[in-house]
Amino acid sequence: MKILVPTKRVPSTDERVRIRPDGSGIEDASLAYMINPFDAIALEEALQIREQRGSNVEVTAIGIGNADFESELRTALAMGADRALRVDFDGCHDPWSVAQTLAAVVRREKPDLVLMGKQAVDDDANQAGQMLAGLLDWPQATFASKIEFVEPARLSVARETDRGLETILIRLPAVITTDLRLNEPRYASLPALMKAKKRPIETISCQDLGVSPEPKVRLVRLEQVTIDRTCERVADAAELVHKLRYEAKVI
Amino acid sequence: MTILAVAEHDGTQVRSGAYSALTVARDLAKNSGDNVELLVLGSGLDSVAADASRFAPVIVADHPLLANPTADRYARIIANVAKARDAVSIIANSTTFAKDILPRAAALLNAAMAGDVTGYSVGNGELLLRRPMYAGAAMAVVTLSGQPQVITVRASAFPSAGPLDQPGERTVWNVDASTLPNHSEYVGLESRPTLRPELTEARVVVSGGRPFRTSEEFENYVGRLADALNGAAGCTRALVDAGIAPNEWQVGQTGKVVAPQLYVALGISGAVQHLAGMKNSRVVVAVNSDPEAPMFSIATYGLVGDVRQIVPELIRELGK
Repeated sequence: MKILVPTKRVPSTDERVRIRPDGSGIEDASLAYMINPFDAIALEEALQIREQRGSNVEVTAIGIGNADFESELRTALAMGADRALRVDFDGCHDPWSVAQTLAAVVRREKPDLVLMGKQAVDDDANQAGQMLAGLLDWPQATFASKIEFVEPARLSVARETDRGLETILIRLPAVITTDLRLNEPRYASLPALMKAKKRPIETISCQDLGVSPEPKVRLVRLEQVTIDRTCERVADAAELVHKLRYEAKVI
Repeated sequence: MTILAVAEHDGTQVRSGAYSALTVARDLAKNSGDNVELLVLGSGLDSVAADASRFAPVIVADHPLLANPTADRYARIIANVAKARDAVSIIANSTTFAKDILPRAAALLNAAMAGDVTGYSVGNGELLLRRPMYAGAAMAVVTLSGQPQVITVRASAFPSAGPLDQPGERTVWNVDASTLPNHSEYVGLESRPTLRPELTEARVVVSGGRPFRTSEEFENYVGRLADALNGAAGCTRALVDAGIAPNEWQVGQTGKVVAPQLYVALGISGAVQHLAGMKNSRVVVAVNSDPEAPMFSIATYGLVGDVRQIVPELIRELGK
């Protein structure tokens, strides 16, 4: 069984995001990066499936980007991925171009399962997995918080929706996008990270994949969001209720 | 040409968030001269279609195979309707229903998509869409190339559309069962019943964080204050992770995004991921024993103290 785990390289969630003065993007000169946390959850799930189902499961981490991505792909190897594959690409992408590129990777690699984060924490789009499933005409299960095999090629997936926890059954091959509560990703140990430095990262060009990923979403500008509230401290419950009633008039 | 608004419903009525999407659809149509049609999908839709038709002409895709909102089938129908109507845009309220289905429909239509849109303008004949990124730390202005454009909007950012003078026409969409995919089987939905208003639609939201260590405690403090204010109850990620509250109550970057008139944060420190889900509320109240909690920095009113002591006092004061 082959599992592909597409990952995205995003600014570390510990970083404070600052916008360039011209609004063309974020200040990225000294940013630290990480694997998108939802994708790390997807990778953890793939590794757990391999641990449960044995050595005939192969887990491949995918990255789309320039050589800078290799450090995150090495983290994926250190966590336990069998292979890492980088699609060499140096431009902008959007969920559409990512889905197009991943569809080409899927046609080449022929996996049984694609596991990926439900959204990337930079653009918060929450689209690529669904678009990929649509392009492949595969089953999809988004926002997964529990994945169980009910048959060798049939999965029960619990999905976190606005209405509650929904359960669906899907057949492989399929695309599953992961939510927060699916698992707690393992850390890559230092020895594993050192070892991963010597392991190969396969690289493929967009040309070899036969794709020219053209984004359809164009960023016109980014604006910093500031909140202009000044907190008024109140002494007790009585004063708070009075303010809400007669000053803010919200109750 | 047509602007298609996809309406989520509860089997009887259209969910109110869909009327915010309809507001956007009507406004765009006013500038472009396009028609607006509501699309409802499901099984046994007589009541839903009647409700929807008070607001716009309705396309009704009613078939037993559409009884549950599975993405494969719904996306196929939405794409087919969009093609038949030559849709210029497809708009829906940004819920997990739309987030699951619309990107798939966009892929089938070779179309671009922008989600969680909170505002827009037209410049040089292009539609400029505003949407949050980086957990709400930044606002992006984007354009989408090609047609149709697929857009989900945050209901809290737009007013609800009002009914028409005359009900709109109802058109039956002929569902060809043989073309529907059979990729997934719906098993069921597990939700915690609540009589409180839906989080994203409530005027008042009361949310709780780490101080509440059991479901009973959560009900006794967060739930009771929410009831005293006729509001909805919400929570942080930590409480859902700990099994104290169900996932559909989570407010934040990956949970629900709310913007009520009043948001009361009880014992919530104010992580960026939580703020992303509530910082556009009109009035924010922070109650926390830690005077340095980041929540105070975005609050309108702050009260330092123990939530267990303050909540009963608040309920008493509200009763006066």
